Amino acid sequence: MATDTVTLKIKRGESGGASRWEEFKVPRKPMMNVISCLMEIQKRPVTVDGRGTTPVNWESSCLEEVCGACTMVINGRVRQACSALVKDLSPKGEPITLEPMTKFPRERDLVVNRQRMFDALRATRAWIEIDGSHQLGPGPKVSQDDQEVMYPLSRCMTCGCCVEACPNYNDRSDFMGPQVISLTRLYNMHPSGRMQAGGRLDALMGAGGISDCGKAQNCVQVCPKGIPLTESISVMGRETIKRALFGWLLKG
Amino acid sequence: MAAKSSILTQSKQVRRAIVVGGGLGGLMTVIKLCEAGIPVDLLSLVPVKRSHSVCAQGGINASVNVKGEGDSPYTHFYETVKGGDFLANQPPCKGMADAAPGIVFMLDRMGVPFNRTPEGNLDFRRFGGTLFHRTAFAGATTGQQLLYALDEQVRRYETLDVEDDRGVTVPGEKMVRKFEFWDLAGLVLDDSGVCRGVVAQDLKNGAMRAFRGDAVCLATGGPGLVFGRSTNSVINTGSAAAIAYKQGAIYANGEFIQVHPTAIPAADKLRLISESVRGEGGRVWVPKDRKDRRHGKDIPEAERYYFLEERYPKYRNLVPRDIASREIFRTVIHEGYSAEGEQAAYLDVTHLCKTASGKSAVRKKLEGVLEIYEKFAGADPYENPMKIFPAVHYSMGGLWVDFEKGADGSLKPGSARNQATSIPGLYATGESDYQFHGANRLGANSLLSCIYGGMVTGPAMAAWREAQAQSAFDLSSTLFDSELERRVDEYAALGSRSGADYSVNPYQLHEKLGEMMLQKVTVERHDAELDGVLASLQDMKAQWRKAAALDPTAKGTINQPTVFLRHLDGMLALAEVIARGARDREECRGAHYKPALDPELHPDDPKAVGRDDARWLKTTLATFEGEGPRLRYEAVDVSLEPLAKRDYGKVGAARPTPGEAGRAGAGEYAKE
Repeated sequence: MATDTVTLKIKRGESGGASRWEEFKVPRKPMMNVISCLMEIQKRPVTVDGRGTTPVNWESSCLEEVCGACTMVINGRVRQACSALVKDLSPKGEPITLEPMTKFPRERDLVVNRQRMFDALRATRAWIEIDGSHQLGPGPKVSQDDQEVMYPLSRCMTCGCCVEACPNYNDRSDFMGPQVISLTRLYNMHPSGRMQAGGRLDALMGAGGISDCGKAQNCVQVCPKGIPLTESISVMGRETIKRALFGWLLKG
Repeated sequence: MAAKSSILTQSKQVRRAIVVGGGLGGLMTVIKLCEAGIPVDLLSLVPVKRSHSVCAQGGINASVNVKGEGDSPYTHFYETVKGGDFLANQPPCKGMADAAPGIVFMLDRMGVPFNRTPEGNLDFRRFGGTLFHRTAFAGATTGQQLLYALDEQVRRYETLDVEDDRGVTVPGEKMVRKFEFWDLAGLVLDDSGVCRGVVAQDLKNGAMRAFRGDAVCLATGGPGLVFGRSTNSVINTGSAAAIAYKQGAIYANGEFIQVHPTAIPAADKLRLISESVRGEGGRVWVPKDRKDRRHGKDIPEAERYYFLEERYPKYRNLVPRDIASREIFRTVIHEGYSAEGEQAAYLDVTHLCKTASGKSAVRKKLEGVLEIYEKFAGADPYENPMKIFPAVHYSMGGLWVDFEKGADGSLKPGSARNQATSIPGLYATGESDYQFHGANRLGANSLLSCIYGGMVTGPAMAAWREAQAQSAFDLSSTLFDSELERRVDEYAALGSRSGADYSVNPYQLHEKLGEMMLQKVTVERHDAELDGVLASLQDMKAQWRKAAALDPTAKGTINQPTVFLRHLDGMLALAEVIARGARDREECRGAHYKPALDPELHPDDPKAVGRDDARWLKTTLATFEGEGPRLRYEAVDVSLEPLAKRDYGKVGAARPTPGEAGRAGAGEYAKE
């Protein structure tokens, strides 16, 4: 039996400080998601026991699951808050719990610092080298089959779900995470990106690279875009082995 | 003594340019500046990879004529200005259409996974306002894919060293320094009114800092949040543009707000269902029986009213957005049609999905869009017609920017005047400028205008920088310190708003603002209501002064409620520009529509002028004076193509509606 309110239990706290839980009740509306619950708290920042508090801080931007900003742990599962619908999370009025991701330093409340993921993109040279943005004619031809492999890989939002779920990604390891391995596959598939494939493979073979993957396969379960992360890891695993075995021949 | 254009100051500081905003317009500007050898500080409210450009779904226009239909950049140019109801200056639009094929090729070289033809060429689809296949696309998340490509190129510049004038690496200095989670707080203007830098705030700890810049660009997006719920990202408050406007920049054509015809209604935002759905064959309809409460899929073909196809047999479901929105609004609101009794119409692709191969073709081209419906509306769009309604989507208006016309009548490349705001040294690009879309933007022209704007802005900033007698980096620090101090004090005052004097919750005030603007300043505009809106805005501005800092004790950390006060102030200022512009413009043009002035509704009323080129072929220029906007007008450059009736082949009158007889025959476009 659905109720006319939504109960939220939210883990709050400061950077480096202790956490506390606050509980809220907000009016239930049709097509409500976790973001609209948090927006209700902004409009009336009062806990369930009637105590005035401050609005919850969280990160968000597009609210349609293409930007990756509003990633958090909802009812124990990492996902985007915008696509987390109340009717699915709390069909009978069950409380919904919100926590910040655990693999990144907390900044405040539900906001964490995900800079480490962007740093990994720099380290693996995650781009296609071009000679400039001036006119050099059309790009290389690409088959429809290749495009159908590349497009899903290119939808990675750097949201952090995969690394949150990954047992090998934490503050004691340098592992760059499955998302970087999958993106390396994308750039190495591109007809001109392929020309720098070796350099990217070297980065994946270095510290924090592909050998740190423990094959837990959690990543692919939580990816909101359904990116075939484990398939990418095995493809790139083969590529790095080939390079490790025969790369010295090619270096000349 | 170092030359004025040299990269390093005498104290070995790197002379940089500043770009605020990391969407497509900002990133393209950064790339062009870097290619010109100019190091950049890039400031963004969010990590640039999370900018609003990701939301663009359908594609980017370029007349490559891959399908051999006889399309050309000139046709694209003409359809752009016609789609904009001739309010756009023609030379920049010509420049944009001519550059479009090269832009798509560049993006292709950067690795955007565009959809392909069997030969491996770029594939193109149809969009509104044209009969050609002109829109390149990457699945249904083209904006995301384009943004990622530019983000990657800028990330590359984050790794490249700055070189001094002799080509020697400057230790520790990279071509691009990113400042993500930074919010613009003010512009630094010198005694002659030239923009010399910005003051910005680190949202992670509240610290403010002045940045010097030898040319500054705002690429900060549109003001969709003025309307509360829209298709925009929640970061699109228009705050940076409002700050520039309040510091003297002209804001142009604010009243032209595009309402997209097809969005999913919801509590937190209205999610777009891309025009590409109609481009790939999606149809818009309502049940013929106004009282029909059956599910859409249970209503037989013969009992469906395909009102766009009946009214516009040539363009059918692909009339421009302003027209489609108005027709849906009228059909549902005034004529009383509904979808399952809700205020909505159906957008339907189920007829394309009857066979397995048809369904798989739709999935390939539209999966990203249809997934949004499935995720957020909780119904399968391959089986169920989607319930949609118009939503605020895009601002054609924005910061006024200049252009220089070349000998060929197009934009003159490299001129420092291009994309320059009315504040010298300050540039604007992307949705935060007003330049390319006139009174209505064509679908798939926004990604193009953002990138083209950036391609023009970078070289313009470089030319401006070169022409300055003195660099911002050689000015006394007093100038920067005083603006910094002013903004620090301003923020401290906002942050200390607590106690009985501050009884207003800013988020509730924002909700009130949004509801009012949404109801009264979107698809249909009535003068009496606009007068009411302008009066209410005065009241809301007074309430803003009583709005509380909801987290007054949080210092040195994230404090979203206090920062929101600054953004709400900007939204109120822009709301007034929008409403004042709408009130004063006595005609119907593009997205600006007043039923009282529609000659089809009022054939015998001489005041119902429709589009009035004699009096209103003018750009609205708003300047902030005292407390609010003062409007002036300037002529539009229509030097390339003569004005024409904006006709998309509408036939017949709309069905007469009981009790709404005066509204039958809706549509400002003449019948054929």
